[in-house]
Amino acid sequence: MLEAGLYFLQQLINGITIGSTYALIAIGYTMVYGIIGMINFAHGEIYMIGTYVAFMAIAGMAMLGIEFLPIIFLGALLASMLVSSSFGWAVERIAYRPLRGGNRLIPLISAIGMSIFLQNYVRLGQGSRDIAMSSQITGGFSIGPTDGFHATLSYMQIIIFVVMLVSMALLTLFISKSRMGRACRAVAQDLKMANLLGIDTNRVIATTFVIGAALAAVAGTLLGMYYGVVNAYVGFIAGLKAFTAAVLGGIGSIPGAMLGGILLGIAESMTAAYFSTEYKDVVSFGLLVLILLFKPTGILGKPEVEKI
Amino acid sequence: MLNLKNIHTHYGKIEALHGVSLNVAQGEIVSLIGANGAGKTTLLMTICGDPIASEGSIEFLGEPINEKSTSEIMRSGISIVPEGRRIFPGLTVEENLQMGGFFMSKEDYQKGTEHVFSLFPRLKERINQRGGTMSGGEQQMLAIARAMMSTPKLLLLDEPSLGLAPIIINQIFDIIAQLRDEGVTIFLVEQNANQALRLADRGYVLENGLLVMEDSGDNLLANDDVRKAYLGG
Repeated sequence: MLEAGLYFLQQLINGITIGSTYALIAIGYTMVYGIIGMINFAHGEIYMIGTYVAFMAIAGMAMLGIEFLPIIFLGALLASMLVSSSFGWAVERIAYRPLRGGNRLIPLISAIGMSIFLQNYVRLGQGSRDIAMSSQITGGFSIGPTDGFHATLSYMQIIIFVVMLVSMALLTLFISKSRMGRACRAVAQDLKMANLLGIDTNRVIATTFVIGAALAAVAGTLLGMYYGVVNAYVGFIAGLKAFTAAVLGGIGSIPGAMLGGILLGIAESMTAAYFSTEYKDVVSFGLLVLILLFKPTGILGKPEVEKI
Repeated sequence: MLNLKNIHTHYGKIEALHGVSLNVAQGEIVSLIGANGAGKTTLLMTICGDPIASEGSIEFLGEPINEKSTSEIMRSGISIVPEGRRIFPGLTVEENLQMGGFFMSKEDYQKGTEHVFSLFPRLKERINQRGGTMSGGEQQMLAIARAMMSTPKLLLLDEPSLGLAPIIINQIFDIIAQLRDEGVTIFLVEQNANQALRLADRGYVLENGLLVMEDSGDNLLANDDVRKAYLGG
C-alpha cells in the first residue's frame, strides 16, 4: 500500500518536472498565437538551440575553471536565453514579418521551412550525433523508507519546478503591470486599433517572439541539464508536446499554457508508469485529437466571439 | 491644417475613393456626411494611412503624411475614434486610457486623465471596470477619452452616434462642441446628418467615392437635395 503510494508520488514528481518545461515552451506558442493568430512551428527549434547554447556555456565555463554551481547554472541560463532570443527575433524578422497581412497559411508554411532550416543548420554545425553532458547538479531527497522502495525528489527537479514558477510569476507580472505588457494585451485584443493609437505593433510582436524564445531557452537549459543529452532533433517532439499543452490549456491563454503543460506532463508520466513507456506519445497526441474534437477552445480558452 | 488633394484609395482592384480633395482648418468642426458605402470610413482611414492612398497627397500641419506609417501618423498629433469604438474589451478603463496616452510622460498622463474625467465623470467611477462590460454609450465615451489622452490637434470621429440612445447622442455632441471650444480641430463623419451639420462649421457630402457638395453646415442643412437624401424630407 505504502509502496504503491510512493510509486504514484514518484510519477507525479516526474510528471510535474517534465510538465513544467512543456509549460515554459508552450508560453511561446500561446503568446504568438494570441497576438497574430499564427502557430510558430519553429519554436521547438528555438528550444533546441537553447539546450545547445547551455551545454556550450557549461563546457566553456568548465574550461575557464569556474566551479561554483550557481554561477555555472545562471551563466548557462543567461547565455542560452540571450542566443535563443536573438534567434526568435531574427526568425520573426526574416521569415514571418515580410509575409504578414497576406494569407494566414503562408507564414505557417514559412514556419515549417524555418524549423527544417534550423534543425539542419544546427546539425551541420554541431554534428548529427547526440551530445552528452554529465549532470552538474546531483543528489536529492528520499521520501519513504531508506531500505525499501522510496520516492526521490532530486535537487534538479526542485530547481526545474522553482525556476518555472519564478519565470511564470515574472511573466505574469510583466504582462499585467508593465507598459509593454499592457501593449501586448492591447495588440492581442485589437492589433489595428493599437496601431491607430500610434503604437508600433511590429515592435510589440517582436517582443512576444523574444519573450517566448527566452522562456523556451529556460526550458532548454533545464531539460538539457536534467537529461544530460541533446541532438538537433529534440526540438521537434518537444515543440509538438508544448503545442499540445498550449491547445490543451486553451491556445492564446497564458495560464492555460501553464496548466496544459503540467497536465500533459503528468498524463505522460502516468501512462509510462502504469501502462507502457511506448504509449506515452500516443496518449499525448491522442489527447490533442480529443481536445480538438470535443473542446477546441481548451480548458481555459475562450471561444472566439465576433466583435460587434 | 489638414489638406487632402486628389486622394484615390483602392481595396485590391476596387477603387473606393475617386479623387477626393478637402481641407480642414485650425479650430473648425468639419462634418462629412454620406450614405452607407459612400466611402466615409475609407476616407478617414486613408488619412490614418491604413489603407494607404494609391494616388494624391495628404498634408497635416504643412507636412506630407501620406508616406508615413500609421503609427507615425497617429503620433504626429492626430487621434481617431474609429467606427465601432474599438475599445480594448479585456482592458480596464484605466488601461484603455493608458494605451491612449502610451507615449506621454507621467505628468502629462496625469493631466490627460484629469481632463478626460472632467469631460466624462462616469469613467472615473468605472476606472477599474473592464471596457467590454460597459454599455454602448460608456464605451463611446471611453473611446473619445482614449483618443483625447494624447492631446491631439486633430480629432477624427467616425460615426460617434451609431447605435446610441438619443439622450446619449446629445451628450456626445455636447462633448464634441466642448472639445472644439478647447481648441481641438474636429473632422466628423456621420450618418446622423442633422446633428452633424448643425454642429459643423463646414460640411462635405460624399457620394460613391466622390465629394459632391461643400458648404457651411447651415447652408447644407437648408439645401433641398441634402434634405431629401440625408435628412428624410
